[in-house]
Order: sequence, then C-alpha cells, then structure tokens
Amino acid sequence: MLGLEAKDFRLLILVAILTMAAPFLLNPFPEGSGLAQFNAGYPDLMQRFVIFGIFAIGFNILFGLTGYLSFGHAAFLGVGSYAAIWMMKLLTMNVIPAIIVSVIVAGIFSLAVGWISLRRSGIYFSILTLAFAQMSYSLAYSVLTPITGGETGLQPKVNDPRILDGALTEGGTPKANLFGLEMGSSIEWGVGNWLFTFNAGYYVAAIVMLAAFYLSIRIFRSPFGMMLRAVKSNQQRLNYTGLNAKPYTLAAFVISGMYAGLAGGLMVAMDTQVGAERMFWTASGEVVLMSILGGVGTLIGPVLGAGAIKYMENILSKINSDILHTWFAFLPDGLEDFVVTLIYPFIGKGWHLTLGLIFMAVVIFLPGGLVEGGQRIARLFGRKKKSTDTPDGKTTPAE
Amino acid sequence: MEAIILQVLNGLDKGSAYALIALGLTLIFGTLGVVNFAHGALFMIGAFCAVTLSRILTLSHTIVDETQKDFLGNPLKVEVPYVYDWFGQATGDVIIDWAVPLSILFAIPVMVAIGVLMERGLIKHFYKRPHADQILVTFGLAIVLQEIIKYYYGANPIPTPAPSAFVGSFDFGTMLGFEANQIIYPYWRIIYFAFAAIIIGAVFAFLQFTTFGMVVRAGMADRETVQLLGINIDKRFTLMFGIAAAVAGLAGVMYTPINSPNYHMGMDFLVLSFVVVVVGGMGSLPGAVLAGFVLGILESFASMREVLAILPGLNQIIIYLVAIIILLTRPRGLMGRKGVMED
Amino acid sequence: MGILEVKNVGKRFGGLQALGDVNLSVTENTVHAIIGPNGAGKSTLLNCLVGKLIPDTGSVMFDGQSVLGRKPYEINQMGISRVFQTPEIFGDLSVMENMMIPCFAKRDGSFRPNAFMDMFKDREIVERAEQMLEEMNMADARNDNAATMSRGNKRRLEIGMCLAQEPRLLLLDEPTAGMARADTNNTIDLLKQIKEERDITISIIEHDMHVVFSLAERITVLAQGTPLVEDTPDNIKGHPKVREAYLGETQDAA
Repeated sequence: MLGLEAKDFRLLILVAILTMAAPFLLNPFPEGSGLAQFNAGYPDLMQRFVIFGIFAIGFNILFGLTGYLSFGHAAFLGVGSYAAIWMMKLLTMNVIPAIIVSVIVAGIFSLAVGWISLRRSGIYFSILTLAFAQMSYSLAYSVLTPITGGETGLQPKVNDPRILDGALTEGGTPKANLFGLEMGSSIEWGVGNWLFTFNAGYYVAAIVMLAAFYLSIRIFRSPFGMMLRAVKSNQQRLNYTGLNAKPYTLAAFVISGMYAGLAGGLMVAMDTQVGAERMFWTASGEVVLMSILGGVGTLIGPVLGAGAIKYMENILSKINSDILHTWFAFLPDGLEDFVVTLIYPFIGKGWHLTLGLIFMAVVIFLPGGLVEGGQRIARLFGRKKKSTDTPDGKTTPAE
Repeated sequence: MEAIILQVLNGLDKGSAYALIALGLTLIFGTLGVVNFAHGALFMIGAFCAVTLSRILTLSHTIVDETQKDFLGNPLKVEVPYVYDWFGQATGDVIIDWAVPLSILFAIPVMVAIGVLMERGLIKHFYKRPHADQILVTFGLAIVLQEIIKYYYGANPIPTPAPSAFVGSFDFGTMLGFEANQIIYPYWRIIYFAFAAIIIGAVFAFLQFTTFGMVVRAGMADRETVQLLGINIDKRFTLMFGIAAAVAGLAGVMYTPINSPNYHMGMDFLVLSFVVVVVGGMGSLPGAVLAGFVLGILESFASMREVLAILPGLNQIIIYLVAIIILLTRPRGLMGRKGVMED
Repeated sequence: MGILEVKNVGKRFGGLQALGDVNLSVTENTVHAIIGPNGAGKSTLLNCLVGKLIPDTGSVMFDGQSVLGRKPYEINQMGISRVFQTPEIFGDLSVMENMMIPCFAKRDGSFRPNAFMDMFKDREIVERAEQMLEEMNMADARNDNAATMSRGNKRRLEIGMCLAQEPRLLLLDEPTAGMARADTNNTIDLLKQIKEERDITISIIEHDMHVVFSLAERITVLAQGTPLVEDTPDNIKGHPKVREAYLGETQDAA
C-alpha cells in the first residue's frame, strides 16, 4: 500500500488513526474531575505534539541514520519560522506559501551550514553545528533586528502589505488561515461531562505530520536510507566500496534541515509569532532529547519522544503542591506532608529535573529509548511478534 | 593604545574562566577519554559553594537587644550571626566579608568529592561506549544538577560580593604613564586572573614534576602500556576527575563577584568552553589554556565601540566565527594531536 | 604492460623513508603477492594504490589511467577493490544489506539519491545480491546481523562484497591475519576458487608463507621500502637475498 511493506503500512495507519482521534484520546478524563488536568487534548498542546514530532522525525533522519549528532538544528527551525512570518507579512495570511517558503529557506540555509560542517565528523561536527546555530541566534537577536524583530520578535501587523490578501475589514486582525479556514477556529463537542475540541490548525499540522512521517518511512526503506545507515556503521568500508559518503550525509543533513524548517513554518502558521529564543542551543538540545528518549534510529521513536517531552512540559509542570496535597489527602497528615515534600521537587517548575533523570536512565539502561522499552515489555508478555517499526526488525542503538 | 591595553585586560578575566574550564574538560578528555558535558555544571556548583558558605557564615539567631528600641518603644529584635558569638563582632565581620575567598577552602573538598562520586558512580560505566553516548548522559546529568541547584537556590542570580578590600578599581593607566582614568581595572579581576594563572601553573607543575603526574601523563599517551607495567591507572584517573572538578569549581567560586551566580551559568559557559577546547585542540592542555585566553581577549576586542561600528554584532559571534575558521583550516585545532576524536 | 604499473613511487613520513623507489608491474589475471618483513612498506604501498595516501614521487597507473590524487571511492569505481586486514563490513546491517550495497555501487555509481524506492523491490539488485550470497555459501545467513558472524565468515562476506563489484583488481591486505588454521585454509580455498572462476587480477600482501606459496604466481619481495626481487614462487624460495631480508635483517626492521 502506498509503496510500503505491510507492516510499515500498518504502522502508518495506526499513527494516522491516533493523530486523527487525538482530541478524544488525549481527553480521557471528564471536565471538572480531579484528573482533568492530565488531559492534553487542547489545541495548543496537540499542535505542539505534531509539530515537534515533525522536527524530531527530521532530526532522526540525520542522527538516527548517519550517526552525525547535530547540536544546531534549532537554527533551521528558527530560519523556517522567520521565512514563514515574512510570507505572512508580505504575501498572504494563507499558510500554504508560508510553509512552502519556510521549507525552501531552511533547506538552502542547511545546505550552506551542512556543506561546511560536514567537512568534519565526530564531536568536531557537533561543535561546528552548535557554533553556526549560536551565531544565528546571536545575529537574530542583535544585528539582524530589522529582519528578525530582535528581542520582541515578529508578528503580522494590521498594516503589513500582504499583496495577495484583500484589505482587512475595519478593526480586523490578520489571522492565519488555509483558504479562509482560520487556524485558530475550533469546533467543540460536549458529551456528558467530556468536552472535545477539534481545532483546524491541529488537523492541518497533523496531516502535514503524517505526510512527513510517510516520507521518512520511504527514506528509511530506500537504498538511500540504507547508505545513510552504512555511513554510521562503517564509513571506511563505504569509501572503499566506491560510494561517496559526503553527498549522502549532506543530503540527509539538508532533508533534516527542511523538516526543521517545516516545523518552524507550521509553528508560525499556528501562533503567528516568532522570537529568536526558538534558535537557542537549548532548543537544539531538546530535539536531541526527544529522539533519544523515543528511540533513535527507529521510525516512531522520535514522535513518541516529542510527545512525551511536550506532555511533561505542559502537564507535569502544572501540578503544584496544593494538587499534590489533595491527591494524598487520604494519608495521615504527617505522612501526607512527607510524601508531598518527597515528590514536590520533581513536578511543577521542577519538571526539568524529572526530564533529566528520565533521559539519563534511558541513555544508561535503554539505549533504544521508549521503543525498545515497549519491545521489552511486549516480549515480557510473551508476544513473539517482531517489532513493526525498525529496519529489519532490529533496533539501531544510539551512537 | 590605552584602548587596546584595556581590552586585553578586559579579555583576561573571561579568558581565565574559559581557560580554567577548558583545562578541566581537557584533563578529563585526555585521561579518561570522556567528553564531559556536565563540566559547566561543576563550574556552576563551585559558584554555589561560595553562595552556600556565605549563607552558612551569616546564619543567625535572633536576640532581643534591650539597648535599642524600635519606633513603638519595644526592645528591638536583632539578628546576630553565629560567627559573632564565636569570634566576636569585628572578626566575625571580616570572616563574613571574606566569604568568597574562604569558599576556596570549602569548595576544594566538596568539588573533589563530587568529581570522584561522578566518576565512580556514572562516568566509569561509559568508557567503552561511543562519544555520543557520553555526551548525552553527561548532558542529562548537567540538566539534573542545575535543576537541583535551581530547586534549592531559586532561579534568580544571587549577588555574592568580593571582600570590601577588593571593591574598587586600579588605575593601570597612571602606572604605565598614560593619563588618569584611561585604563581602570577592577581589583577583583586582577585577582581572578592571578588566581587562574596560579591554578593553571599548579596543574601543569603537578603533571610535570610529580610521580603521580608523570604516571597520568604516561597514561594519557598510552593507557594500556601503563597498565601492563602494573600501575593502577584507574585510581589515579578517578582522582584526576576529582582534580578537574575542583579546577572547574574554583573557577566558579572566584567568578561569583564578577557575575552573580545563577543556575544556568554552567550551561552558558559550557558551550563556549567546548568551543575553546576544540579550538585549542582536543586533548591538548596548553592548547586549552592558550585558546581560552585568545578567545577571551578576541571577544573583548570585538566588543569595542570602534569595532562594532564597522561590524555590528561581532562581539556576539566572534568566538563561534573563530572556531569555525580554525576547525576548517586546522582540523585538529591550534595544538591538537593527530587522531584524537576523528573516528 | 601490466594492469597495474607502479613507477618510482616514494613516500616519506617525517624522517622515515617508508617507500624508496618502488617499481612494480602486475600482469592481468595473475595472482601477485607482495611479501616482506615487518616495516618493509607493504601497507604504505597498498595505501598509495587505493588513494588513502598520496606518494611523494612517482606514478601509479591502473589500466592506463593514473590513480594519483583520486579519492578512495573514485579509485574503487575504476575497478580496484580492497580487502582489509581486519574485516571491514557494515556491522549494524544485515548480511543481505551488506551485499546489496556494493551491488548498488556497481550499478548506480558513487552517489544516487534514490530515496523513494523500496530497496527490496529493486529486483535487479536483490537478485544479484542473492546470487553473490549463494556463491559465497552465505544464503542461510541472509538476515543475520553482520556483526554477529564469526571472523572467518566476516572475511568471506567482505571478499564477496568486493567481488559483487566485479573488480578488475582485488587487493588483499593480510587476509588471513589473526585467523585460526581452519579459517586460513578456507580463505585460501576461496581465493583459489575465485582465481579459477573469474577473470580477475589479485594482488595480495601477506605474512603467512603458506598462503603466499599456495596462491601466488608472481612474488615481489619488499625490504626497507624498496623491491628486492620479483620472480616466480619457486625461484623466490631459495633466493639468497630473500633469506637475508627475512633472516638477517628481521630484527632490525621489526
């Protein structure tokens, strides 16, 4: 189906169903119940799931397949975002040109950065990408303020030219749309105590994500993808087998840069704003965390990792000590306080601590990430079914 | 001329910090072959050692002072630091004032212990794993360490002043025969530079002139042979990790009066320090020190008004720019050895 | 005129003259062994042939074209394949994938970004790789992870991968180094079989005299960076200069 092996096609369909039904699946708890805060089915967060999913899928094509660890991919995301916002300022609030241009611009930029950085490998490559990204960030913050808006960033303004759009109605604000369908518009559906929100922007982003995911499956299964894995496995043998590793890795770098640009463009399509902090190196670090956490070199891993981190960032961080106290109210007072004190550092503002610990645990004990964890659990329950999403039924561990 | 001297001086203190962190990073990489992304966190913990000690020294108990009245006429409650009780008020004040230098004594055992603990508890399991894994696990550790500090000390910078004797500036200009107030330089920065020079000298002397250092250097060059000679190199390498942690920590302690410590200062310095190490040449100790000072001074020159007028924003990117140029023209950095980290 | 013509090649590393003035001619469809004591410059010479090193002086011609200044992958595409001392294979990939990569390289050249095709649907490549696995007696191991194989089998796979490219010249760098006797004999048999079945020139660097005299038709003896003699195996066996190089000077040269 669609040129995919049966098991890959099943995986794609599964992901498609999950993303389409996400507004239900992520809102399992009724409104007003104590567990409602674990609901992640609101548009803002769901959009972030799929957008960072795209970012991580792209990053995984570079890091997962070739083993080249880039610490500067946020720069491509940022450049994509700036390109998109300028399309919205100059051309139209329709998201299509914004997204297309963001991919192209990020592609060109990553071609330049990759062409230089890929002259070196190992940690030198990591440092070069980091240096380029930090330079982009610093320039966006300072000298390039006329293009980037500096510290304040950029938003579409009422009086921007937007040559393809008609004049705004009096008092109207520019809103991102897809041929008139506003990204911010949602349909709400109440069933009993449950409230489900179907957001136009989310579905646009989700469909783009599915396309990006499909593309990455094709790349993984192609001769090109195999060459990339060969680059990671043994570059020496590759060179002495008559294959030039450089254009292969550069192509992978540019593809992953374009994925990052796509994610950046979609971000702008959703919230119509951009700031330089999007390019800071910690943002590059975040996508590394996502890929590792989910399972580097696997198809679905990066998406899982992106989801897990964004969920923690948005849900875990909202739990405060009051909520903890209500949870453990059944315990005797002294014990309740003790338990709350014990847990408190790991939640709320301390969610980064939990993230760091989980990340370390994954690197130490579970180099294949959540995907490997899932496989181990599946094996534990005696299911002999082979993994559905790794090349040839074997994980390619992080390197 | 005045401006040039001033910029060189300005570059020295930042350069000192880069050089000290890069020195520790290189020690760890050279001895253990580990790329330690948690090294910036060690610098940060060092800085918080100073914060902690100054808090300990100002720990107070409340007494009711009958001699003073508040505006309602009640006896005033006064906070009295314990050090007053022990040493008397005058000495106590001096001790509190000198909290930062005193922290050096406090930080050395703490940092060595943290370093040894890190090596035995975590890093040693990663000797045989790929460099990318080492980067990732230490990156995770760095996040954990800085979050722990954030939990206990909050997210805001904590001002930690230098002893009052060192507040103020020194007029270099008059000494060199220029007009007054042309080249003024804060006392503490002079001290920081001198301190860094002493530490760097001590580390080199230690490696050069002691038997221990000799074994470590031999181990850096060829670990297996040294082990074949029946020398327990592992124990020494563990201690080297502790020393490297202490160097980073001391750099942090002394840096607190220059910039108030906050929980993410380690990460800020780490990124730059890695660039410094790579520019200097992975695995080269003199390269790390040289690159630290060179980049610190270049950064300070790039922030001159005259330079910024021609090339705006240069100060923000100069280090990265230099790193890119060096890596492309001299793949092994300024003084790097052949074959390090190239696979 | 041989298929490989090495003329006046010299290479110096700092103060060490690794190769003095090497002249070598390898005739097409023969097995030509290069032997010599440790430090004689055998590996340096080999690296000059495949593009890993560039000689300071002299020329290396393969089939009438110079190989100097070309990258290893370009030289490989000219028809020179190299087998390494320790088997170099793609350890993270399956045996089948290992075999498919040289097939792609042979057909598609050094770079072709065909990212949308399922590699296992490329009948031509799959059939060719399967055929090569059959010939190497490795069809059963098709889906195994290459890293898990025995050293002898890794060597077999590596030779198979080189043959899949149908090279005109196969260079082997101590192909039996560190192997058990049984594996060594298997490798000798494999190479004999290759020699009989194919039009291929084989150049072999070897320490093990058993391997050399089982296979070689011509032997060049290298000592201290210069060729001492070149002759047939029978003549080499009793040659006084060779004895001297091996027995008299080994201690110094090692």
